[in-house]
Amino acid sequence: MFSRGIRNILLTPFLIWAGLFIFIPLIFIVWYGVTDYDGSFSLKHMGLIFEHGFWDAFELSISLAIISTLICLLMAYPLCLILTERQRDNTTIISLLFILPLWMNSLLSTMAWQTILEGNGIINQLMRLLGMPALQMINTPGAIVLGMVYNYLPYMVLPLYIALTKIDRRILEAARDLGANYWQTFTKIILPLSIPGAISGITMVFIPALTTFVISALLGGGKLLLIGNIIEQEFTFQYDWHVGCALSVILMIFIVLNMLLTTYFEKSHEEEDFK
Amino acid sequence: MKYLQKIYLATIFLFLYAPIGVLIAQSFNASRYRGHWTGVTLNWYEKLFNDARIADALSNTLSIGLLSAVIATILGLITCVAMKELSRKWRATFLSVTNIPILNADIVTGISLMLLFMGIGLKLGYVSILLAHIVFNVPYVILCIMPQLMALDKSFYEAALDLGASPFKAFTSVVLPELRPSIFAGFLLAFTMSADDFIITHFTKGAGVDTLTTEIYAELKIGIHPEMYALSTLVFFFVLIFVVLFAINRRKLKKYEEVF
Repeated sequence: MFSRGIRNILLTPFLIWAGLFIFIPLIFIVWYGVTDYDGSFSLKHMGLIFEHGFWDAFELSISLAIISTLICLLMAYPLCLILTERQRDNTTIISLLFILPLWMNSLLSTMAWQTILEGNGIINQLMRLLGMPALQMINTPGAIVLGMVYNYLPYMVLPLYIALTKIDRRILEAARDLGANYWQTFTKIILPLSIPGAISGITMVFIPALTTFVISALLGGGKLLLIGNIIEQEFTFQYDWHVGCALSVILMIFIVLNMLLTTYFEKSHEEEDFK
Repeated sequence: MKYLQKIYLATIFLFLYAPIGVLIAQSFNASRYRGHWTGVTLNWYEKLFNDARIADALSNTLSIGLLSAVIATILGLITCVAMKELSRKWRATFLSVTNIPILNADIVTGISLMLLFMGIGLKLGYVSILLAHIVFNVPYVILCIMPQLMALDKSFYEAALDLGASPFKAFTSVVLPELRPSIFAGFLLAFTMSADDFIITHFTKGAGVDTLTTEIYAELKIGIHPEMYALSTLVFFFVLIFVVLFAINRRKLKKYEEVF
């Protein structure tokens, strides 16, 4: 479109920006993570992850993140299938209504779940009216999972929905003309073609679920600590940047693995397109 | 099957809107305390307009949202235009760099920026929040603009050049109008992300400067001021009306397209 000179001039602002605000900050974290208080190289802070309190939080974070990612996937898939199928009836409003809750402040709506779940909350008041025993729901791992699913479900819905709407209707019609039933069209066409969307949905949900400290603070009652809570406390209460950064570096390892997984899947699908 | 589908949609709908219903009810609740219903009042809506803390936080949220979205849109647009001219391999490399702030965990982005700002001696406050918001907004803008730019037909631009337009003139009068929908989408997404962000703001803000989300987080420990419920109810209905009008408009447009 224009000369290489102009292209390079146009790229410069972003290169400077990325260096200053993406790479240097990450170098800061890694630097604090692998050094001791006197500035010498040391991995002892990273090793803390295997110690009692830290490991429990880490284990809990990973298991809750996996559970809520799976629930998001299982909830979003049928939803997206229904929405894409109904899209032909021109029901944009229905699709929009599923995105609308995103505009409610997420801290407030997570807190509203407190009101619903707590000991004297809406569900337990209903249970009492029906003469049933009250349930302990708030401050449990289940409440945190519910909060994660509530907050991150849209991240699963959007990429899946886009992947499903991209599927050419004519392929589905052809399959049906050739005698495939719904189940066969689903397993042979829809499912394989939706995998890239599902993968990007999984990474978009797993990473924030693994690293949150807000949802566990609001629905875990301050007793169930996730790795995010421990990192946050290192910066706001303990003021131990080295420990906080070392734990962040461990999280970054997971994030990089996640990125590699996504690009691997994207690549293998691109190659298939060329065949 | 149709029946089951409707039940499924309704269940998820209930799940998504239950807490929103609770918040709306809360904004009309005479009692200050949540989960404690003592009657209907419009008190909190009246008080909302006299609350200086909320007004402050709201103006910070709006101005940081607008400024960061504008700057991110400009930076993102320039970068997209330049990336279009790169080879396939280099473009992929660049795109994975621009994506880092989205794929990275918010807590890591927030802490890393805080370390940078403290390391270079920038006082944590309005400017540091604004910079941080631009950082995570640029990738959203690029995500919106890049696909449309790649699909753009070059020949109109080249025709403008052949007819004697300067590259700048050809760009602003041929390419830019074509990109308008995706630029607008990028701007809107950036503003939304900025207004809803808590974690990154939490780490890059200084004492005395609050956005709505950090103000809410601070109030969580002492009990939320019900004026906050009133404000978020107003915002929710404002967006709802906007979205419904948009959907109706689109439907009308589609009908026109069918006619012509």
